[in-house]
Amino acid sequence: MSVEIQVRVNGQPRQSTVEPRTLLVHYLRDVLGLTGTHVGCETSLCGACTVLLDGRAVKSCTMLAVQADGANITTIEGVSGLNGSNGGLHPVQEGFWEKHGLQCGFCTPGMICASVELLSKNPNPSEAEIRHALHGNLCRCTGYQKIVESVRYAAGKMKARKR
Amino acid sequence: MATATKFIGKPLKRKEDPRLIQGIAHYVDDLVLAGMLHAGFVRSPHAHAVVKSIDSTKAQSAPGVVGVFTAEDFRGQIGIVPCAAQLPDLKGAPRPVLATGRVRFVGEAVAVVVASDRYALRDAMDLVEVDYEPLTPVVDPEKAISKNAPVLHEPSADNVSFRWELEGGDVKRAFKQADKVIRQRILNQRLVPMAMEPRGVLAEYKRGEKTLTVWSSTQIPHLLKTQLAAMLGTPEHSVRVITPEVGGGFGSKLNVYPEEAIVAHLAMRLGHPVKWMESRRENFVCTIHGRDQIADVEAAVSKDGTLLGTKWRIIADLGAYYQLLTPLVPTLTGLMLAGSYKVPAIKIEIIGALTNKMATDAYRGAGRPEATYYVERLMDLIAAELKMDPAEIRRKNFPLPKEFPYTTPTGVAYDSANYQRSLDIALKKSGYAKLRKEQAALRKQGRYLGIGVSTYVEICAMGPSSAMPAGGWESATVRVEPTGKVTILTGASPHGQGQETSFAQMGAEVLGLTPDDVNVVHGDTGAVPYGIGTFGSRGTAVGGTAAYMSLVKLRDKLAKIVGHLTGEDPKNFVFGGGSISSKSSANKSISLGEAIGAAYTAKTLPQGMEPGLEATTFFEPTNFTFPFGAHVCVVEIDAETGGVRLLKYVAVDDCGNVLNPLLVEGQVHGGIVQSVGQAMFEEAVYDEHGQLITGELMDYAIPRADAMPWMETHRTVTPSPVNPLGVKGVGEAGTIGATPAIINAVVDALAPFGVRHVDMPVKRERIWKLMRRKAAPKRAPRAAAKAKPKKKSKSAARRRTSRRAR
Repeated sequence: MSVEIQVRVNGQPRQSTVEPRTLLVHYLRDVLGLTGTHVGCETSLCGACTVLLDGRAVKSCTMLAVQADGANITTIEGVSGLNGSNGGLHPVQEGFWEKHGLQCGFCTPGMICASVELLSKNPNPSEAEIRHALHGNLCRCTGYQKIVESVRYAAGKMKARKR
Repeated sequence: MATATKFIGKPLKRKEDPRLIQGIAHYVDDLVLAGMLHAGFVRSPHAHAVVKSIDSTKAQSAPGVVGVFTAEDFRGQIGIVPCAAQLPDLKGAPRPVLATGRVRFVGEAVAVVVASDRYALRDAMDLVEVDYEPLTPVVDPEKAISKNAPVLHEPSADNVSFRWELEGGDVKRAFKQADKVIRQRILNQRLVPMAMEPRGVLAEYKRGEKTLTVWSSTQIPHLLKTQLAAMLGTPEHSVRVITPEVGGGFGSKLNVYPEEAIVAHLAMRLGHPVKWMESRRENFVCTIHGRDQIADVEAAVSKDGTLLGTKWRIIADLGAYYQLLTPLVPTLTGLMLAGSYKVPAIKIEIIGALTNKMATDAYRGAGRPEATYYVERLMDLIAAELKMDPAEIRRKNFPLPKEFPYTTPTGVAYDSANYQRSLDIALKKSGYAKLRKEQAALRKQGRYLGIGVSTYVEICAMGPSSAMPAGGWESATVRVEPTGKVTILTGASPHGQGQETSFAQMGAEVLGLTPDDVNVVHGDTGAVPYGIGTFGSRGTAVGGTAAYMSLVKLRDKLAKIVGHLTGEDPKNFVFGGGSISSKSSANKSISLGEAIGAAYTAKTLPQGMEPGLEATTFFEPTNFTFPFGAHVCVVEIDAETGGVRLLKYVAVDDCGNVLNPLLVEGQVHGGIVQSVGQAMFEEAVYDEHGQLITGELMDYAIPRADAMPWMETHRTVTPSPVNPLGVKGVGEAGTIGATPAIINAVVDALAPFGVRHVDMPVKRERIWKLMRRKAAPKRAPRAAAKAKPKKKSKSAARRRTSRRAR
């Protein structure tokens, strides 16, 4: 049995036929070839698969592709196309690069998507608010401190650009 | 090394990041090959059982299934899982790649299914029927080595894998002279390394060319290549191992696993590329674990706090089989039991116990975090017994800077250090004296602040080949390309450490270029000369040194060429800004491009000089390095809930010279937080049936973003004399120094309750109970300490049992 879905991924309209049990993350990775979204635990506990679904950070490993029907999805490959990116990297991406917010890079796409969501809701988060917002995204390399610095950097950058 | 540098020592942002932050890098699972099949493993739900039969009929005929294979199908075609550790009288515990007749831990693979896609595979795996006859499992390592325990590997008579003994100094005399003897049992719980990317393998065999290419998420591509050739009976020159991006390792990928050999074999057998990706659940049960030791220590001290001698008996739970370094890891604990102190006499006995669990092996720190934890707990126990300040007792027993190289009674030669200075800085930066006053004031209000100190030394930059099972050198080839770009090929195989940047900084420094001119290639045995890998804090100290030496060889060659062309003394040149300039005469300078051109066109070379610009170095270090430092941790314990909150963390680390301080800071942060994991949250718990009951992230808690206060890191710089860069290595420092600092802080907070030791992890329930065991904070806390350990350990064991049974 297959189901037809229509989604917009990183600005591109996509029409696909999927098995009803296909996970969103497998749809993105295996059908659309967007392998920047990673599978770290298959149980929504690690956050490596986080993408933006209509602007909200969701864990794509525990969501079915059919549940995303009609949604506007942004994966890490499309983050630079979001508002505030200034044509190049998104300020959150810049922040992670500038502040050494990553080491092995496996959690990074999910971390960046979760951070983008945070800054869209709260443009000037405190350290505690950043740590709370990233609570669902695990990183085993950095100890999180430089990730917090990365998000702060991005917040500053986005504020400066708005002015 | 030059003192004024342009790139070395500078906090350059990483060259590897643009691809990683845009999601356009490639980990194993991101690679797709035409005709690729997917493999999945059917694993034992029993810790110990006889496999009576496997019926794969239904699975074979399921949609999309290409084949189902059991040990029978691989008989004589895939060798056993390799173990490189060599110890005298090491008992055999051979592991076939698939269980042959008997399973010895939950998660051991009994069959492999191959199908055309992931979902068909998942369906078919459930259709494989395995008939098991359960046997009594052996879970507790002490019981495992006692008489009448069921034996894991017949025809052995017991489950003792090895007994390793080491003694130095006159231990008997030390204990005879002692004013006090302090005893304690200290547990170091089993941990799951939990790299964010699980393991994964993809293999492709090209029949015409007879080449087997294996992409694996590994820390050791070259060693894997050699072992795969041996396991598969394939000529090594036709095997190529590639590590694409590796999403963290922490030692868990410093190994050769059954799945790597089976997937490679299946690719050859089936004529299709085959991929296997580990699930997180599998990662918990069948990727190596770390730690898991029980240490009983006795220390002889004089009443002024001088250490006279220590005696250790350590039982290491090795699990059911040996992985690559399983029996070796506990011996590293043994080597570091002097800590950063002058202990005149040490006696050590380490017993390896075989149990029905996944193998333990090298997890970040590998044996040294255990040693440091025991020694640093011991120093606090002694301080408490003698009513001394924990900082003072440490200072009293440090070797002096002028005593380096300092050799411990067990023969380990520490290269260079100044322990006093790092402790002084840590105390000052943390405001130690003020904290003690604050602590006293808060106790009166019923608030429990704890201050923990740890002063550690680690053995790193693994290491001289004489002390390493597979060689301890590292290789690097540097090539200056005809267009002036530079390629560094390193045998070290980084996986997040950032050597694409730090080695490029070195290349730019030595040849007077920019880091963008230098490309660092690693993790491809088809491109890079044979190497050992990245582990044991060796990437920069050993691999970096090899790269540096190759760079210097090319700089010297270029200088000779320019000297020949200009008539200037080759020693008289400086490299920079794209030219090679004479220090004395401006008209004896030429552009770097011209010099490189001369090397390649080979028309005007000095007589006898080979054309080209490529140099290879196999660097063999003369010793390990011994990074060190001092950490101070402040916690507050909630008297109502037993909850431990970290308030402050100050780390002073000395990893010698530094190529990129940003990367060093990242390593220190990550290491400390992994320590926080062990101290406060993480515990791989097997129940009495040998089931891993903390087998997924829901039950096994790793630190999250809100676990930490803002860490304050400082560095002192004591260059290592062991390599020309003077670097010591930093990958494991955090995991080694931090665990005892945290637990010392927790015990310090609980001192008013008469608590002298707490086992990790310090979960609320455990602390809450300890605070209620003795209600009144005012009583003299440490009476009858000598009589306590046995009783205490029993109650600790009871606590563990009750928690596991729940």
